Amino acid sequence: MPRNLYDQQKRNIANTRMFIAGFVCLLAVMGLSTDGVLYAGGFSPGLPVATLGALCLGGLSAWWSLTGGDRAILESTNAAPLDRTDPSQRVLDNVVEEMAIAAGLPKPAVYVIPDADPNAFATGVGPERATIAVTRGLLEKLDRDELQGVVSHELSHVKNYDVRLMTVVAALAGAILLLSDWSRRGLRWGRRSSSEKSGGLGILFVGLWIISMLLAPIIAQIVSLAVSREREYLADASGAELTRNPLGLASALEKIAAAIAPTPSIKRGVAHLCIEDPRGRAVNEREGLFANLFATHPPVEKRIAALREMAYQPAASRP
Amino acid sequence: MAFVGGCLTILVVGAVFLAIWAIWRYNDLVSLRNQVANGWKQIDVQLKRRHDLIPNLVAAVKGEMQFEQDTLEKVIQARNAAASAHGVADAAGKENALTQTLGRLFALAENYPNLKANESVKSLMEELSSTENRIGFARQFYNDIATRYNTAQQIFPDNFIAQAFKFQPVELFEIQDAAERAVPKVDLSLRPSP
Repeated sequence: MPRNLYDQQKRNIANTRMFIAGFVCLLAVMGLSTDGVLYAGGFSPGLPVATLGALCLGGLSAWWSLTGGDRAILESTNAAPLDRTDPSQRVLDNVVEEMAIAAGLPKPAVYVIPDADPNAFATGVGPERATIAVTRGLLEKLDRDELQGVVSHELSHVKNYDVRLMTVVAALAGAILLLSDWSRRGLRWGRRSSSEKSGGLGILFVGLWIISMLLAPIIAQIVSLAVSREREYLADASGAELTRNPLGLASALEKIAAAIAPTPSIKRGVAHLCIEDPRGRAVNEREGLFANLFATHPPVEKRIAALREMAYQPAASRP
Repeated sequence: MAFVGGCLTILVVGAVFLAIWAIWRYNDLVSLRNQVANGWKQIDVQLKRRHDLIPNLVAAVKGEMQFEQDTLEKVIQARNAAASAHGVADAAGKENALTQTLGRLFALAENYPNLKANESVKSLMEELSSTENRIGFARQFYNDIATRYNTAQQIFPDNFIAQAFKFQPVELFEIQDAAERAVPKVDLSLRPSP
């Protein structure tokens, strides 16, 4: 089956819903198993309090991250607003304007990060409030076509609401981690009460509870990384749809990957937003189950190959 | 009696759902139609920007390029003709003519090293070459949104709504000139030659 831009976009959007549903399920399982332990311990308030509490915590932290997350991220990277008197920054400003026209979106704010390593990221809550930030190194190393490719990739993150999704996913993963942390502290109490009151059922519930509290944070981490990786392919594809020139981004990715030094200005929490992993980690370039589960980005060779394939397809289908 | 009542309920519920669907599709079509109109206006905005930039550029290069008065004259004429064009077909033809004379001017400018070193000429060239890209991307966006609008009118069963309320398919922007189709991209930026 041919895999063109539009197919890929549809598939990725379907996957996203599944990821969010998975997170809500994880929170619910953690809450339910806690309720089970409470019930077995003889404490039954009539409502599944722990489940409701877990879901509320998830919702609250997601809402909190959406109201001020982008400002905090920009401040953490020392990004400064674009300066149009500098010729290379003026080119960047024009390229962003061009791509915003191509995407039919309002022009996002543009920031420059004082860092020699080439990298870029987008943040915000959606097309109405978005920021694209690129490093000074990126402006120096890329030509206009390549810069256009990178900006189209970042603008696609905005257009596809990835910036919002990634913020929410990070917040939900944080909530799960917090819950698991709390319950480990409550573990002693749970063990004592269940052994005192009920027999087999209580032990079963406690076992389930311990397993869910230990596994949930690991699953949350793996899922949030998977969301990030899927989104990179989607942004590559819809970026190419804007420029109609997948090779520009392919060659930009080659240059960015060639500069393997880490980007010191970009902190760990922002890694999943960047066009390429800013930590200069080797795990993203490796294949295999472990590397696939724990990388924030797909291997850059795979992305370049996918882009080259897109460039090939329209040529092949032309009469 | 209960049977008739049941049938009536089903009919009423069905009619309500049909009405809701029709309103939903109609609103979608109206929203798309407005986006198409907006996309068309965006092209005009960028063409206007191009018309505003050209006299500045000609004024900036006039001193250096005094032996190319003929070309400069043609650029200004083509610019004035395009700025005063009436109607879509007329404007498209005159804009294409302007693109060609501009391309000639940029090619000639390559022969003047002083121009390449001049900051204000360089920045005008950058603005103009960005404007050329913007025009291209605005046309591309217009074609994308117009295609969506046309598809929304033609798919079944939405075509009934489109016909009932007289939505018309819109034309896509096409390159008239075969020569221009053969050359998909013109790089107008003045890069320092290696």
